[in-house]
Amino acid sequence: MSSALATSAADSHPASAPDYLPVPQLRELQLQRLRGVIGRAWQQVKFFRSRLEQRGLAPQDIRSLADIAKLPFTVKSDLRDTYPFGLFASPMKDIVRLHASSGTTGKPIVVAYTQEDVNTWTSVIVRCFAGCGLHRGDIIQNAYGYGLFTGGLGVHYGAEGLGATVIPMSGGNAHRQIMLMKDFGTTVLCCTPSYCLHLLECAGELGVDMKQLPLRAGVFGAEPWTEAMRRRIESLSNIEAFDIYGLSEIIGPGVGCECRRHQGLHIFEDHFYPEIIDPATGEVQPDGIEGELVLTTLTKQAMPMIRYRTRDIAMLLPGRCECGRTLRRISRVGRRSDDMLIVRGVNVFPSQVESALLQFEGTLPQYQILLGREHGLDQMVVQVEVTPQMFNDKIGALQALHDQLEATLDRVLGLRVQVALVEARSLQRSEGKARRVIDRRIT
Amino acid sequence: MKIQQLSLFAENKPGHIAAPMRLLAQEGVNIRALYLADTQQYGILRMIVADCGAVTRLLEAHGFVVKVSEVLAVEVADRPGGLAHVLGALEGSGINIEYMYAFPYVRGDKAILIFRFGDPDAAIACLQTAGINLLASRELLEKYGSTQDDGESAA
Repeated sequence: MSSALATSAADSHPASAPDYLPVPQLRELQLQRLRGVIGRAWQQVKFFRSRLEQRGLAPQDIRSLADIAKLPFTVKSDLRDTYPFGLFASPMKDIVRLHASSGTTGKPIVVAYTQEDVNTWTSVIVRCFAGCGLHRGDIIQNAYGYGLFTGGLGVHYGAEGLGATVIPMSGGNAHRQIMLMKDFGTTVLCCTPSYCLHLLECAGELGVDMKQLPLRAGVFGAEPWTEAMRRRIESLSNIEAFDIYGLSEIIGPGVGCECRRHQGLHIFEDHFYPEIIDPATGEVQPDGIEGELVLTTLTKQAMPMIRYRTRDIAMLLPGRCECGRTLRRISRVGRRSDDMLIVRGVNVFPSQVESALLQFEGTLPQYQILLGREHGLDQMVVQVEVTPQMFNDKIGALQALHDQLEATLDRVLGLRVQVALVEARSLQRSEGKARRVIDRRIT
Repeated sequence: MKIQQLSLFAENKPGHIAAPMRLLAQEGVNIRALYLADTQQYGILRMIVADCGAVTRLLEAHGFVVKVSEVLAVEVADRPGGLAHVLGALEGSGINIEYMYAFPYVRGDKAILIFRFGDPDAAIACLQTAGINLLASRELLEKYGSTQDDGESAA
């Protein structure tokens, strides 16, 4: 696939230089930046400082990279507890952008960027794209959602930073996506991998042969996907499919990305320091052992994250990539250490569904989340067992309850959800408890 | 005047009404009137049985979700205009009919209309003023099911 692509052009982008730093120099840079970010967080973020003080730690205790293990973890609930601006290390006058993603209780997680942070973000996405062999002259159709979600704007700035042409299409409207792809000669598609599959199917229905289009690469992320999906995308088109990784708490997309070797995702280690821990004990694991990915932002100004537990399960791959980059790679993230689900790019916790259901009768009905995929888009159905308190002999009253449940779930999750009322004791149970999630999306 | 009606929740899928009906059959419960309201997803099966309390307990003990509500049984002539006459009496009263269903009285010239009203007391007053015959629970069950084993299932 895409054998015509000039690899040299890809790797010649000046922004990619740090990808090839000699390892000792990279480690020295990391240590210097780690000490800087810890000093900054200590000075500016009360929450972080008191955490260290409780443990009798001070910034000067960090003398080597290994000393990072002394520091406490940051977890998602810390962002929630300090909502909205409690973890900011910059005054508002220096903050140029806010993004948000959903949290566990309906309150979003807020993240902030200074101009320097936006520039860093752009530069890492430029490096992602360069590593995928993209360059000036490429026409990048960005079908990630624009808005509070980091995907749309992150990719947009990165594509402009690369010098490519951006089509800021945002998500949805498959027919229009395909029309523009054809008419504008799109060479690169950026979206979730499931949406790409949907577009490929739609193209088939419209009689558009994707293999006749100039489309040659796709940068896919914001949800877990599999090698089987990659094979399917690549068999239906001339797309060379790349996996991109990121999360809002760290910066957004661009924390890591595959290169053309497709053997793991390079982490931009000069900005993000990766560790793998045992999720149960918190012990740091050596390379090659699977565990929870923990990331520390080394250069973030507005909102430094120290040892942030991503809940994503991965390993740091041992050895050097054949591409010549010195950056370490993580394995593809396929599952998580908590129960968070990613539905159409939106973070969903079963506990959010519970809190929404509890708003009704005060007692929690048995429920089950069914995840499937229709037309390449995630579909979420919440099956709710009808309790005697909820039941009513009037259809109108039951229908109203049903509609209220859907509206509340939409509001709490920020996502369109279908509710199905089902009979009592009809949901599958194990040890008396209903299985909360049935995910049929991974194929 | 008010009659107890039992409602049962069932998903709108093949076979979903069979299980509770089998249970009622095993226990010798005769259903005197029945109406199924359905949506695409689910249905509500409304029934009138002799001993509503006992049947409710039976169904609940087997995990079914049921609800007892009060309805009125109106006796009308089983001929054209029977229902129109009752509705005419209600017209202008502002009383809302939540739902209704009807069945003919098997051995006579009467039909029975079952009404679920928003305000049953107002409906009783309104219908009685118009001289419309409302059946009491016992009357309904005896008249309609005179050949049935009332004594047994009412026990």
